[in-house]
Amino acid sequence: MLTLKCPYCGVQAEETELHAGGEAHLTRFGPDSSDDDFETYLFTRENPKGVHFERWRHSHGCGKWFHAARCTMTLEVFGTYPAQTTEPPQDIRDAITAKRPGWTWREFS
Amino acid sequence: MTRYSAFAIAREALRDHAGWDRAWRRATPKKRYDVVIVGAGGHGLATAYYLGKNFGITNVAVLEKGWLGGGNTGRNTTIIRSNYLQDPSAAIYEKARSLYETMSQDLNYNVMFSPRGVMMLAQTEHEVRGYKRTAHANSLQGVTTEFISPKRVKQLVPIMNIDGPRYPVLGALWQARGGTARHDAVAWGYARACSAMGMDIIQKCEVTGVMSEGGRVSGVATTQGDIACDKLGMVVAGHSGALAEMAGFRIPIESVALQALVSEPIKPCMDVVVMANTVHGYMSQSDKGEMVIGGGTDAFNNYTQRGSFHHIEETVRALVETFPMISRLKMLRQWGGIVDVTGDRSPILSRTPLEGCFINCGWGTGGFKAIPGSGWGFAELMARGHSPLTDAFSLDRFREGRFIDESVAAGVAH
Ligand SMILES: Cc1cc2nc3c(=O)[nH]c(=O)nc-3n(C[C@H](O)[C@H](O)[C@H](O)COP(=O)(O)OP(=O)(O)OC[C@H]3O[C@@H](n4cnc5c(N)ncnc54)[C@H](O)[C@@H]3O)c2cc1C
Ligand SMILES: [Zn+2]
Repeated sequence: MLTLKCPYCGVQAEETELHAGGEAHLTRFGPDSSDDDFETYLFTRENPKGVHFERWRHSHGCGKWFHAARCTMTLEVFGTYPAQTTEPPQDIRDAITAKRPGWTWREFS
Repeated sequence: MTRYSAFAIAREALRDHAGWDRAWRRATPKKRYDVVIVGAGGHGLATAYYLGKNFGITNVAVLEKGWLGGGNTGRNTTIIRSNYLQDPSAAIYEKARSLYETMSQDLNYNVMFSPRGVMMLAQTEHEVRGYKRTAHANSLQGVTTEFISPKRVKQLVPIMNIDGPRYPVLGALWQARGGTARHDAVAWGYARACSAMGMDIIQKCEVTGVMSEGGRVSGVATTQGDIACDKLGMVVAGHSGALAEMAGFRIPIESVALQALVSEPIKPCMDVVVMANTVHGYMSQSDKGEMVIGGGTDAFNNYTQRGSFHHIEETVRALVETFPMISRLKMLRQWGGIVDVTGDRSPILSRTPLEGCFINCGWGTGGFKAIPGSGWGFAELMARGHSPLTDAFSLDRFREGRFIDESVAAGVAH
């Protein structure tokens, strides 16, 4: 079973307490954007075997959205961090590098 | 290849079964093929079979990283139906269902197709309206389904409690010609027929890279060396994202775990397939007597081929209200498969940005039923460049907003 630590209330929540919100750090392109950007934003998703970044909501707890860095092959969690950021913070990236040297995800590494 | 027949069984019975051949040849890769198919699941093997049978293309290799049928084809709950809502879906699933009717004869391999009837329970007013709409759509599409009353449901499935307090049965969408088949046999039957046409089925051969020249596919790198090809078909279900990345394009697919479980065997008690989509549970009884139960998918991407326990708990808890007699059954086994889910819950059968490379994926939680229809259409697409069965399922439908929206009909769609 997957458990994630809510970065706001500090609870180590198990998956039935949480709501999965899909891929993290999407740029939400609007009607004036190019067809490519709009299509990619709406439909194309990262689907990596390994390091992945996602949005989660502590829906049966404090109710807030947050981010998680996780391995899709093992359910190992590298860390969680607040929602108010457009990219993974350095300490999370370092934590991943310690366990998965050479990882990449979109433009991040 | 020895033909299987009653006569052959009698003959072999008299000589200690010493005369049976291997069902398919063990092959080592050649340097080059006209067509390479990646993935020896049902869809990949059916594609190879119809390339040979319908188009005479037999210089074909099917490459499989594990063992044949070891992906979702050997992990599903084998429900076959074609009562979808949208026209392109009805066309391909009904083609598949009709091919299942003659598959054992066609392949000379008993796939145990059992058209026992599939019943989709309506347990909310919303579902009643939805299924009536589907029944009307199906009659326009030439797919025989009907909306039946709770009384008829009870006649067909006497073990069902139709007056549950939380999930009363208000009716059902009934497809009498739907049913089940033996999943492994489907893979094995196609593999045997492909091998008999001279195709190579190569197991333990993982594709690790896609090679191209001037925007056109030229071959694949594998754990058994490089293999050149004119055309490449990627048919790898949950692993499609990884294959697409090797070929340099992206697809709108996310991979999640879906699980199923079976009970200890009991005497025959239910001779149809029942699906209860409101509670994300469905059940049928296997020939061995086990109750085969499936549920919902995990909500987050993963490749663990296991699935979260609470889904099983929810599924079984909900089914117990409708089938009180299963409350004392012991469960024997549970397993998971990685399913490839698209935004509109419809598959992708398409050309790709890489010339000569085609992709067949996105069957998600419900592609076993589609195997022969998908193979038929995808073979035509690969041989001719387009197919009436697959054209609507192209990759550019997302960009163009031409969705084939089946998610409205049911969150689970096995
Ligand atoms: C628990 C469960 C229940 C289901 N129930 C139903 C049901 O009742 N009815 C229904 O219609 N559908 C059902 N499905 C869905 C159905 O099983 C799938 O849609 C279908 O089997 C997909 O077949 P496939 O040939 O595309 O994929 P698979 O059978 O998964 O085959 C893909 C193959 O590609 C191979 N592969 C992957 N990567 C590589 C590589 N790099 N190189 C070489 N080979 C590779 C894999 O090893 C695999 O064998 C269910 C699925 C699950 C998991
Ligand atoms: Zn919280």
